[in-house]
Amino acid sequence: MGWGLIRLYAIAVYGFMFLPVLVVVLLSFNANQFGSFPMTGFSLRWFEALWNNDAVMRAFRTSLILGLMTAVISTTLGILASLALVRYRVPGRNLITTALIAPILVPEVVLAVALLLFLNWLGIGKSFVLLLAGHVVFTLPFVILVVQARLVSIRRDVEEAALSLGASPVQTFFAVTLPLLMPAVAAGALFAFTISFDDITGTLFWKPGGVETVPTQIFSMLRNSISPEINALGTVMIVMTVGLPLLGAGIARSLATKRGK
Amino acid sequence: MAAVTLTDIVKRFGTFTAVQKMSLEIPAGSFCTLLGPSGCGKTTTLRMVAGLLDPTEGDITIAGRRVNDIPIHKRNLGIVFQNYALFPHRTVAENVGFGLKYRGVTKAEAERRVAQALELVQLPHLADRYPKALSGGQQQRIALARAVVIEPDVLLLDEPLSALDANLREDMRVELKNIQKRLGVTSIFVTHDQSEALAMSDQVIVMSDGRVEQVGTPEEVYNTPATEFVARFLGAANILEARVTARQGDRISLEAPGFTQVEIPRSRAPHLGDATAARLVVRAEKLVLMPEGSTADAALMIPATVEAVDYQGQAARYFLRVGDHALQAINMIDIAPFAAGDKVVLRLLPRDCAALPAR
Repeated sequence: MGWGLIRLYAIAVYGFMFLPVLVVVLLSFNANQFGSFPMTGFSLRWFEALWNNDAVMRAFRTSLILGLMTAVISTTLGILASLALVRYRVPGRNLITTALIAPILVPEVVLAVALLLFLNWLGIGKSFVLLLAGHVVFTLPFVILVVQARLVSIRRDVEEAALSLGASPVQTFFAVTLPLLMPAVAAGALFAFTISFDDITGTLFWKPGGVETVPTQIFSMLRNSISPEINALGTVMIVMTVGLPLLGAGIARSLATKRGK
Repeated sequence: MAAVTLTDIVKRFGTFTAVQKMSLEIPAGSFCTLLGPSGCGKTTTLRMVAGLLDPTEGDITIAGRRVNDIPIHKRNLGIVFQNYALFPHRTVAENVGFGLKYRGVTKAEAERRVAQALELVQLPHLADRYPKALSGGQQQRIALARAVVIEPDVLLLDEPLSALDANLREDMRVELKNIQKRLGVTSIFVTHDQSEALAMSDQVIVMSDGRVEQVGTPEEVYNTPATEFVARFLGAANILEARVTARQGDRISLEAPGFTQVEIPRSRAPHLGDATAARLVVRAEKLVLMPEGSTADAALMIPATVEAVDYQGQAARYFLRVGDHALQAINMIDIAPFAAGDKVVLRLLPRDCAALPAR
């Protein structure tokens, strides 16, 4: 009796969270020109409209470039920071770790405003570089957390073995440490990309005039009308931010099982 | 010629001194063992030779070259680690061939040498496997193949057998020694296991508290310990206060009050000098329990009482009382072990005793 109720409650909560998403996906294939029920037929016309909508396509390109650059920079910095913090005795190591992880703990609005005020004070205006820097600050903690956890589990003696066999420290990193770190690096990069790709709070503060990312584009489109195009765009977003990590995890798992044989 | 020399090596970690003024010569082609309890500085010493730690003071030379400022990857060493340390993302053949890639060896030559090394450790059929699919013993053999395929100047072995289970450990011990002999590679082996050290080494370096206690062949350190630590660490020993009563030619007479009087060869007391106060060392294996009333020629027969017995299968450890002294003996069990409370006589050959200077 008690468990039945809890189960029902849990299903209701998940339904409340995910049904709207399902509705968005469903309606993006609706042939009707209004983005609402009843559905009048299956159609890809809204996706086609998206494809022909210059503003949306521009936003999409911006988001893609921003996400990829964020992923590359964040992952590189994250690997280097993790190596320094785990493998070397850096003075003030705990303080640095806390500082690097802090952006997760600080409310995003506060972080966004703070960065903006700081750059204002320095006399630097808004730019794409600022937007990118913001996204890097914001995604770095995720990369560091994942990479550090993995690095701790890589035995030091494996690296020492490589060194003893004649590989220089840099060669050792590329021949041994990085390959062993790869699952965490891939996960960190995916995190960084997806977080950057669907971030809106920080982006609203940091983006220079005239530049839109997909989330800010949706936001501004919603202010004018509720076009079914938005449903289609939402579907694309869901595929990108949910599908990519799932795909990554799948690839990682199949690689891992191959090696285990 | 010494393949490795350590001169006045000191290693400090903060205020803790791990190795104190250590000097050592490892002869070329020999198998030398650093033996001691954990924390004695043996692994620290090995890691300094490897280049994984920098000595605070002193010099290290390998093959005549001072290596203090030479990083590990330019020292041409083979290291075998306690936990194998194979590269999990590479096959066995790739693991073994790893070091050859950094030595400008042609691909064909590398393949030939990898095959040869796998042949040496008798695992040629595992070349394409990943380390995860191998047993502990197999992994350690691959690690050994990987370390020797580069023809290192020195082979460093950091407790390579201690992660293996008991039976395998003894097999590996023999095999490791055979391979070392066949290759003639100078080897430094670190262990806390005295039987490993005695079975495998040409030379044993007994260490404690960051100091060398004694350097010698296995027989020397076992039969004529230089210090009480060495006597106690290499198997159970009974150590009794004694007095030198006479010195005649190559013989020394000692009296251990309440135990016995014994005349031992001077060669069994090389560290005694002219001192009168001494300590008599009697190994637990050399005290042989016999039924009360037994007699024997040219041996001391000391009456004793068995206080407790620790049954170990093929052998037993006896806790004995002789007057005021509590002694231990370890004997093979003939038919049945003696029981607690039995009156026995202890047969002891004078040549099996050794003497140390008094504290």
